[in-house]
Amino acid sequence: MSAAAGAEKATDTQGMGYLESLPRRWVTLYIPLGVFLFVLLFPFYWMAMTAFKPNEELVSRAANPFWIESPTLAHFHKLLFQTAYPQWMWNTILVSVVSTIASIVASVLAAYAIERLRFRGSKPTGLAIFLAYLVPPSILFIPLATIVFNLGLFDTRWALILTYPTFLVPFCTWLLMGYFRSIPFELEECALIDGASRWQILTKIVLPLAVPGLISAGIFAFTLSWNEFIYALTFISSSEVKTVPVGVVTELVEGDVYHWGSLMAGALLGSLPVAILYSFFVEHYVAGMTGAVKE
Amino acid sequence: MNAFLERLQNNRNALGLLFMLPAGALLLVFLTYPLALGTWLGFTDAKIGRPGQWVGLENFAFLFGDSVARLSLFNTIFYTAVASVLKFALGLWLALLLNRHLPFKAFIRAIVLLPFIVPTALSAIAFWWLYDAQFSVLSWTLQRLGLIDRYIDFLGDPWLARGSVIAANVWRGVPFVAICLLAGLQTISPSLYEAAALDGASDWQKFRHVTLPLLTPIIAVVMTFSVLFTFTDFQLIYVLTRGGPLNATHLMATLSFQRAIPGGSLGEGAALATAMVPFLLAAILFSYFGLQRRAWQQGGKD
Repeated sequence: MSAAAGAEKATDTQGMGYLESLPRRWVTLYIPLGVFLFVLLFPFYWMAMTAFKPNEELVSRAANPFWIESPTLAHFHKLLFQTAYPQWMWNTILVSVVSTIASIVASVLAAYAIERLRFRGSKPTGLAIFLAYLVPPSILFIPLATIVFNLGLFDTRWALILTYPTFLVPFCTWLLMGYFRSIPFELEECALIDGASRWQILTKIVLPLAVPGLISAGIFAFTLSWNEFIYALTFISSSEVKTVPVGVVTELVEGDVYHWGSLMAGALLGSLPVAILYSFFVEHYVAGMTGAVKE
Repeated sequence: MNAFLERLQNNRNALGLLFMLPAGALLLVFLTYPLALGTWLGFTDAKIGRPGQWVGLENFAFLFGDSVARLSLFNTIFYTAVASVLKFALGLWLALLLNRHLPFKAFIRAIVLLPFIVPTALSAIAFWWLYDAQFSVLSWTLQRLGLIDRYIDFLGDPWLARGSVIAANVWRGVPFVAICLLAGLQTISPSLYEAAALDGASDWQKFRHVTLPLLTPIIAVVMTFSVLFTFTDFQLIYVLTRGGPLNATHLMATLSFQRAIPGGSLGEGAALATAMVPFLLAAILFSYFGLQRRAWQQGGKD
């Protein structure tokens, strides 16, 4: 079911909404929702406020902390020209894009095989994929660290590019299996009769029809790898190969003096790419997130 | 060669194997093998740079006698239980609010999910600043309102710190739970509510006897995910407190990291990580069998 159709249906449930009085709506709907939105969004407002605020204002208890007297770009300047931040950004982009694309390719083939080729043992394989999705990185990072070390990949981007698919492939495969299931069998049968090979069926019929699913899986996988923390923290030690989340947490905190301005600027800039991507593909993202849970 | 390709084309088992190869090989090398290796490491005295010897249950016996490890188990269970209950209650409430007729509904739904989108490590830094002992804006506001006279040291006191990290975790988890439950709510047919209204059901009765039973399967799945991710949480604690004060917020995952990577005792860290597995399995089985019972009650096949 597409999310748009879902939204339409939801408006229908309010068929008897006219029976509700306006004051009652305020108390039961607008005020609680307002509080929720305030709490959920306040940390972002606070991040932005701090990032543009000069240091004197940050440590002053007299000034109104909710507003800026004289906004400054000093923190961003420091971040971009005196730290390795641009390099971390580049590393994060590179690692996320490569591991996402690799995972999508592997997942398309696996999902198609499980869902449509129905080879012997495809059912248990599908279940194994789902169970693999439930294995948390926090119990894998120690053995993975020794494997990465033995492969000679420690402290390289390859360590991350090769390990991120461990959580991306199960997720993408599971999601794509759901999409492939919704494509009618008959289309493939027609193609088979017309003499198409399995490869032609996959690339010319199934994939074009599964584009929304591919976008959902891609967007979700990209944000998952952008947000990854524990592998990047464990497998990387040099500043030049760190990713944004790890770099900001480990390198911008110097001693006991926290540079809150540049920390918040770093957090804001690091969140921006995923937030922008998300804003363009909200429906796909939500479909990806709920699709993996609903099956 | 061509004949071989032709044969491959028509044999679904061979073709299936070929298609499964990239994903399968990757998951075997970087997921299944590490899982087994991790369990094995838990029974050895491996250190960084030195392969370990088999020591049997020594690591587990040591951890059982270690007060910090026992505290981390308590913290993990407490953190998971409180955070999951709050995420469920608030998430369900938010989902019910978002399911009602609203202006700018799509926009509101989109911005609600923002806390879940941004990297946890980065939003945790924002919380770290919000919880700062000297410059916290929360303390500033409370002081201006005349509710407190000294700034609160959010991350300095054991119970306050536990509450603070739970609040940060709930902040990130509520949107996920809410949006997933909203997707479930939207599949409930409006005619059921109309029928209930005709029978004179109150709002509470409609929620209790229509919404809740139909939503149970998705609640079970969403909460299993939520419990799994909360139980194995790492980034939030690592950024906010690194396990302090007095190990009051050390979770099993953060303690396992601390013992294994900076501490160098891979065996001990792996044993701690392995000790999490039974809890995770219990959570998965609990929701799986809970779900089956529900499906059976609703007349589905078992």
